[in-house]
Amino acid sequence: MSTAVIKLKNITYAFPNRGTTLKGLDFHLHTGEKLGLFGPNGAGKTTMLHILMGLLTPQQGDVILFGKSMADGDDFDQARLKIGFLFQHSDDQLFCPTVLDDVAFGPLNQGLAKDAAKERAAQALETVGLAGFEDRVPYRLSGGEKKLVALATILAMRPEVLILDEPTTGLSPEAKSRLIEILGNLDMARLVVSHEPDFLAATTDRLIAMRDGQIRAGELKPHTHTHVHEEGDVPHQH
Amino acid sequence: MAFTGEQFAFGDSFIHRLSPPTRLICAALFTIPCALLQGLESASVALIAGILFVFTARLPMRDVLQRLLAVNVFTLFLWLFIPFSTPGIPAQTFGPLTATHEGIRLALLITLKTNAIVCAVMTLMGTISVQDLGPALQQLKMPEKICHILLFTYRYIFVIHQEYTTMRRAMAARGFKPKTNSHTYRSYAWLVGMLLVKSWDRAERVHGAMRCRGFRGRFYTLTTFSTSSNDTFFIFECLTLTTGILCIEFFWKGLL
Repeated sequence: MSTAVIKLKNITYAFPNRGTTLKGLDFHLHTGEKLGLFGPNGAGKTTMLHILMGLLTPQQGDVILFGKSMADGDDFDQARLKIGFLFQHSDDQLFCPTVLDDVAFGPLNQGLAKDAAKERAAQALETVGLAGFEDRVPYRLSGGEKKLVALATILAMRPEVLILDEPTTGLSPEAKSRLIEILGNLDMARLVVSHEPDFLAATTDRLIAMRDGQIRAGELKPHTHTHVHEEGDVPHQH
Repeated sequence: MAFTGEQFAFGDSFIHRLSPPTRLICAALFTIPCALLQGLESASVALIAGILFVFTARLPMRDVLQRLLAVNVFTLFLWLFIPFSTPGIPAQTFGPLTATHEGIRLALLITLKTNAIVCAVMTLMGTISVQDLGPALQQLKMPEKICHILLFTYRYIFVIHQEYTTMRRAMAARGFKPKTNSHTYRSYAWLVGMLLVKSWDRAERVHGAMRCRGFRGRFYTLTTFSTSSNDTFFIFECLTLTTGILCIEFFWKGLL
């Protein structure tokens, strides 16, 4: 098998006053792999993502990104530039006065010159089908457009891995299918966290589940059928 | 969200074509000495200069007057108190209250200076769009933190206002009607408290998102400002104007 770009080893994390969220969690994502992650609310999915991005520090365990063990903040600063992380709420991610400024923010932080950053931004906006949105004001866009601009902001950094945290939250069916279409044209490794089996089936090759602070390697194959029962909205086997 | 507070920023005049850093420099050159004036004569000249600024920038008169009105509500309060509370030679008696010459002079001076400064600030700073203000301050080597605070305040004030509106609606939906009682005060206190908590959480998420995109405390901006001979000319003009006003000030004080 190919090398792991993201590896979590025996991660334990507890929020103050809330009990242990992650209990000896192991996780890995390999080059080119498209992985879907689901699990009930409060299972620790977002916590795990924030740990692998270095935004939270686990009490125990190792984070290994691109084959390098993350020892301190500097290591994460370098590794983050190669991971595109799409936040659940676009308003958290978009903060600049114009779309162009926002999309160019990452490339400028990567050390690109102004013109090169602008060009990258224009390309990224074209990839998500928002060419011509450069001078629009991010907070005045629709929810779907905001999501796509947020995606452009991370694509502009040419990441090797995409991490999408519940990307369909609050999106209309049209916006969702547009997102699926765009993701279909990208071939970097990805981890998609979602509550929507259909979205996961369309954007990932393999599913894993998170329960009780651990990854359960459920080899669940998404399948198409219609029926009603208690677990109708959760991927399941018969 | 029609309100942006930026209705002066979109215009086409000599002032609008100046580079934003130039406008900031001129605003400082004019307003700081203005605020220190003591003579009625120099303050009057400053007000005339301020009005000339407004005309040069061809600002929409209705909005200008509206803002001046708001400012002068404050000066009106000064007129209610200062003439009667400043010791000096009596000028006019209203019942038990006596206005003094010194008091009237002081109130007039403050009114003149306030209006002059507001006119200048509307013209020189109000015409800079908020998205240019940050980079302009950065170019003038203002502390990074001030620029960041400005940028984020502008960006998130709408989001926070939206959260406030949502919560107010949710309260109204559950039958909340503000009255003068402790229930109302307590509910408002919780509303404000919740708003603070939510803003704090959001700030942490935004900071996290920025770090994920490689932010390490320094902003690189795409904006570049081009300056022309007009900029040099206008800075020189403001310098001359301020010097002129200061000359009048010192002349009437007998220092010149």
